[in-house]
Amino acid sequence: MTVETKLALSAEEVRSFSQSNNEPAWFADFRADALAKAAELALPTPDKTNITKWNFTEFPKHTVESAAYASLDSLPAEVAALIDVEGQQNLYIQRNNTPAFSKVSEELKAKGVIFTDIQTAVREHSDLVQKYFMTTAVKVDEHKLAAYHAALVNGGVFVYVPRNVIVEEPLQVVFVNDDTEASLFNHVLVVAEESSSVTYVETYVSTIEESKGLANIIAEVVVKDNAQVVFGAVDVLAKGFTTYVNRRANIARDGKIEWALGLMNDSDTISENISHLIGDGSVADTKTVVVGRGTQKQNFTTEVRHWGKNSDGQILKHGVMKDGAQSIFNGIGKIEHGATKANAEQESRVLMLSDKARGDANPILLIDEDDVTAGHAASVGRVDPIQLYYLMSRGISKAEAERLVIHGFLAPVVTNLPIEGVKKQLTEVIERKVR
Amino acid sequence: MATLEIKDLHVEIDGKEILKGVNLSISTNEVHAIMGPNGTGKSTLASAIMGHPKYEVTQGEVLLDGENVLEMEVDERAKAGLFLAMQYPSEIAGVTNADFLRSAINARREEGDEISLMKFIRELDKTMEFLEMPEEMGQRYLNEGFSGGEKKRNEILQLMMIKPTFAILDEIDSGLDIDALKVVSKGINEMRGEGFGCLMITHYQRLLNYITPDHVHVMMQGKVVKSGGAELAQRLEADGYDWIKQELGIEEETVEAEA
Repeated sequence: MTVETKLALSAEEVRSFSQSNNEPAWFADFRADALAKAAELALPTPDKTNITKWNFTEFPKHTVESAAYASLDSLPAEVAALIDVEGQQNLYIQRNNTPAFSKVSEELKAKGVIFTDIQTAVREHSDLVQKYFMTTAVKVDEHKLAAYHAALVNGGVFVYVPRNVIVEEPLQVVFVNDDTEASLFNHVLVVAEESSSVTYVETYVSTIEESKGLANIIAEVVVKDNAQVVFGAVDVLAKGFTTYVNRRANIARDGKIEWALGLMNDSDTISENISHLIGDGSVADTKTVVVGRGTQKQNFTTEVRHWGKNSDGQILKHGVMKDGAQSIFNGIGKIEHGATKANAEQESRVLMLSDKARGDANPILLIDEDDVTAGHAASVGRVDPIQLYYLMSRGISKAEAERLVIHGFLAPVVTNLPIEGVKKQLTEVIERKVR
Repeated sequence: MATLEIKDLHVEIDGKEILKGVNLSISTNEVHAIMGPNGTGKSTLASAIMGHPKYEVTQGEVLLDGENVLEMEVDERAKAGLFLAMQYPSEIAGVTNADFLRSAINARREEGDEISLMKFIRELDKTMEFLEMPEEMGQRYLNEGFSGGEKKRNEILQLMMIKPTFAILDEIDSGLDIDALKVVSKGINEMRGEGFGCLMITHYQRLLNYITPDHVHVMMQGKVVKSGGAELAQRLEADGYDWIKQELGIEEETVEAEA
């Protein structure tokens, strides 16, 4: 159903949207409650970027209706290129706000793995969703955008991996945006039970030039004891969106999260990626690459927060800024009292390709415990002329030498994406954006 | 036969003159060694010929078969046939050794005439084996985390894959253990021949035990002050540099002292 409004929805409209989706009563209440909170709560305050004048609340339509894809043959070329049509066993495609294609192998179903759109999950796995939906990683009352998201969720994915289950093949999700009036309130919830393992890769791809909508996206990852999750994401949303994207994980004892994030939006974007290392011996490995161009304003906060003893957090952030793009890169390693032997490392580097671009690497270490190790490296600069000289001295042209250095600089995420089509697409997006 | 002629070359760095009129001529099928104590301008000569961005040529020319390479961009100099094995090769993260080498080889070829992947891999494997480099070094990022010896070996790998007309080797022997030195020398000796000329810069005579030069030059105060055959290197090994200084009335050989 379509709800048309220029402003935020009323509580009645939110309840009516919930009802039209046959959501359980608890979820309708949850939405209405969140909407009330959204009215009162303040915006988040990303360090060094003032977002009070950004539009995070108004949009042309809450939901748009799009046709599902009858088969993978009917996918647009940009989307088809991401997918190994023959080989990819587990795939979900969402078109704007509509679940448009879904495929899950019998093997995974037999093992009790759930991989479905969030609307279906709320109906069919109500108890599980209720247990984890904005209760563990992201809380509904953190700030206005979290509450607003909770009230208006209109898409997303639920992944549940039972105890001891190893999902060998990556789960692939593609969020296609081909309607200029669409807004994306996608919620991704990944729960990996004890000693399980899963790789999840999502791609946001706009096939339109410019959007009029909002993107308020939250991904929560719950990593239980000794479980391992690889979370890959490539965001390529069109300009015009105002984007808030929050990807967060809670990691229990001996658990591990690996993030590989290629943040390539052409929209103004606030991105927050936090890993809470709750359990002893837990690990977060965070890799983020970014390209900013045009007059984009972006803020990227990556944080690893250590609560567990012997927890290990690695942050790598590489950004390329061109034209008049402005970006803030906040890297935060926070070690709480009691997290002895924790190790917090981070490296933030920004490559400037233009005099007008601005990039600010802002490394922060907050340590409330004595017996720990921590380190950070940060740099902002141009392509090293000595590197160019070296490459050119082998006959490589200046343009090609710069291309090699830039691709190399952004390689840490490209090489870590486990799906070939997504890897290739990210390389192509980088190529297109830095040209 | 090709020739590389350096004529009255004057070079400055940060406004300070380092080379004060270097003259030298090298032909293919010849190996020249430039020796001299530290601080006499040897590495500046190598960098200026290749076009290092920090060095400014204020006078003179470097002619490759009559064409002044100083008027060319760095990549054009390379494509014209020059190669510099650098004393401190750059590390380039995220670019594999193999991808880089293929780009370098293809840069010399016309579009549509790129080296086939199979042929490239065959040649790379063969050359790496010759230089006793483990196969995985092809997939490592260019010079990143390489030891000093690995970097030098990698320079020679590039030399052998790219096959330039003239190679300048800037202290290719510095810091090498004897095994690595033997391998590096083996690579350079393999290149010797009709289509290849070489200018080796070193301040250790030891390298010349493995690569016998046809000509030896001594640099002091930013100029070539003495030239001879292989026997000059042997005399330097036996007697040091003082006799040359006496002969030419030089008190302090470095560029700084003279300025």
